[in-house]
Amino acid sequence: MNTEDVSRRLFLIRSLTGVSSAWLALRLPEIISAQEHAHHAAQSEAPTKLEFFSAEQATEIEAVAAQIIPTDDTPGAREARVIYFIDRALTTFDKEKQPQYVKGLRELQVKQKKMFKNSAKFSSLSSDDQIKVLKSIEKSAFFETVRVHTIIGFFADPSYGGNYDKIGWKLIGFQDDFYFKPPFGYYDREYNEAK
Amino acid sequence: MNLQTPQFEPQTQVDFVVIGAGAAGGIIAKELSSVGFQVVVLEQGPYLKEKDFDHDEIKNFQQHALVNDWSKQPTTFRKTPNAKARVQPAIIYGRMVGGGNVHFTANYWRFHEIDFIERSKLGTISGTGFDDWPITYAELEPYYTKAEWELGISGEPGPFDPPRSKPYPLPPLPIKSSGALLAKGARKLGWHAQAAPMAIIPQPYRGRSACSHCGFCEGFGCEMKAKSSTLATVIPEAEKTGHCEIRPNSYVRKIETDNAGRATGVIYFDEKKSEVFQRAKAVVLCANGAESARLLLISKSNLFPNGLANSSGLVGKYLMFNAGGFATGVFEHELNEFKSVVVTRIIHDFYDSDPKRGFYGGGGIDMRFDVTPIGFALGGALPRETPRWGADYKKALRDHYTRTVYSFGHTTSLPVERNSISLDPLTKDAWGLPAMRVTYKDHPDDLKIAKFFSDRGKELLEAAGAKKVWAAPVEEQQFGVHLLGTCRMGNDPKRSVVNKYHQAHDVPNLFVCDGSSFVTSGRGQPTCTIQALAYRAADHIARMAKSGEIKSA
Repeated sequence: MNTEDVSRRLFLIRSLTGVSSAWLALRLPEIISAQEHAHHAAQSEAPTKLEFFSAEQATEIEAVAAQIIPTDDTPGAREARVIYFIDRALTTFDKEKQPQYVKGLRELQVKQKKMFKNSAKFSSLSSDDQIKVLKSIEKSAFFETVRVHTIIGFFADPSYGGNYDKIGWKLIGFQDDFYFKPPFGYYDREYNEAK
Repeated sequence: MNLQTPQFEPQTQVDFVVIGAGAAGGIIAKELSSVGFQVVVLEQGPYLKEKDFDHDEIKNFQQHALVNDWSKQPTTFRKTPNAKARVQPAIIYGRMVGGGNVHFTANYWRFHEIDFIERSKLGTISGTGFDDWPITYAELEPYYTKAEWELGISGEPGPFDPPRSKPYPLPPLPIKSSGALLAKGARKLGWHAQAAPMAIIPQPYRGRSACSHCGFCEGFGCEMKAKSSTLATVIPEAEKTGHCEIRPNSYVRKIETDNAGRATGVIYFDEKKSEVFQRAKAVVLCANGAESARLLLISKSNLFPNGLANSSGLVGKYLMFNAGGFATGVFEHELNEFKSVVVTRIIHDFYDSDPKRGFYGGGGIDMRFDVTPIGFALGGALPRETPRWGADYKKALRDHYTRTVYSFGHTTSLPVERNSISLDPLTKDAWGLPAMRVTYKDHPDDLKIAKFFSDRGKELLEAAGAKKVWAAPVEEQQFGVHLLGTCRMGNDPKRSVVNKYHQAHDVPNLFVCDGSSFVTSGRGQPTCTIQALAYRAADHIARMAKSGEIKSA
């Protein structure tokens, strides 16, 4: 049992104050099992192997994703391992988007070579130049798909392979705890203090 | 699985088949089985339990774990009867045992007395079917109370509430920052904040555990059983009677009738898509305000060429979605609205229609930020000028998630005959049945009241001290969550589908009870009234069945 399990059990006992201990003894295993099941997904190991992309393709897509949610003073799409999410989506629930990626990657390369004559790969351009290339394709269906996949991968349950270490959730201040207690935020604390 | 749960043979003529195990069907099944009737409940969706629920946005929102899936059940949409209908998602509903009651936000407002008698008070509205209900608030009040106590509702009466015979069984849930800001703004404007009535239990109740404030109410199932859905409350009780069988994965394709025009049972596809005919003395249709109408239209026969129970021609007509008026605000400090239940305070100062405004409509206001991370980041609630990707996009995500809230005005829709559910002549569902065609265009007054509430929302957010406030323009709706009015109740068989006891005017052993029964739309929170109607309908159905008034085939 890790510390999170312990704290969750303690919480459950606290949240059930006012209930007779007999009732608690009867129901607790059922309630804990339901909660632990719900919590399990968020704890799963993320994949580290690519199944759809070649290493080269992954580098290119990862570079695009890293412009959509860049790394600055906080981690971005790259650190959140969004590339693993996209790879997994393309081999499971979003299979039909595979051709779009294959074609899109080809067109990305054509565009990049046209705009920057002697460049080898999109991923080896400077960040500013990458942004220029992406601005030129930002209305395309391919870019929109990568954008949406990057965002979903950044914020989805970590069991899907992205949002590594809950990087996406931490960025926005979201917590996936399965219980909270008041005060929830600044203004309800203020409200209750004034009362 | 409860050992006492019976398994009826399809050839056994049971007392009742209930179609749909949702907000209404669950209650009717429990009420009828607990007085000894044999009941089979056919539910098109799966029988999920608390252990099946999680907080996975992809599974719940992208993969339709708890709701209808448009890839199998396509819908088509058009604004007016002359326009060409296109295949597009047009409605959403709970598709599982417990129905939409499992994933709903859990707002639980009673209607006010005025909701049942608005035509008498305000007069007719041309071009609409605006009408009084055949029942009054006083007639429904005991059943509101019954629903609140049996299911477990938390709340506290407010200054505009209709009279109640008993207090709420449970106190309000703890206030959130959205509620505190709503109260602060309301006080400044001279409006009245009141505790939101919610179908969520703040403390243990009837063997269920208290809310853990995890924040995953809307769109998700509650793994704590703290949301008072029929799945967590009356359905297990129905099964314990030993007279009720819940049969999931059963997709009804026809209500069968004999030459005398009486319902004989129901034909459905089982999980393997094989047809089964379940015989019954009477049928209670609770498939929701869109599917109930569609099934009646599909159930046509020589005797009922325009669809079952449709001599009025009104099956599927007068569809109402409720409208909404929104405004969004960003505050200096964190609200953390992702925690706990969606709504904790509401305002009913503008509930009644006011002729001085120059148009019909009314509503109630809450404040909330019911946006999960993916939905938020895909752009749902960010300021308009936010870029769609890049460094500034990331910064906006970081700065807004915990500090944004919006004011949601829940408003009326007028009953307009052309707004309807009908059968699409071209598109079929995965079972080969005609797809649902939705025709909908908000009445001009519906758009005006939505705009009125959007403006009140801006005032409220500003009065509460928001740093920045904005509102998107009000647009015509093309998607329905509340599904109301398509088998309206009334005393005149020419102007309604069911009578005041939910009995079809044309078929004496067929009852329809769900959102389709509504005559007018209320103010955007239909579940409480759907469930009170279900308790009332069950009482009368049981009475009629016992006295031999229901003549079966």
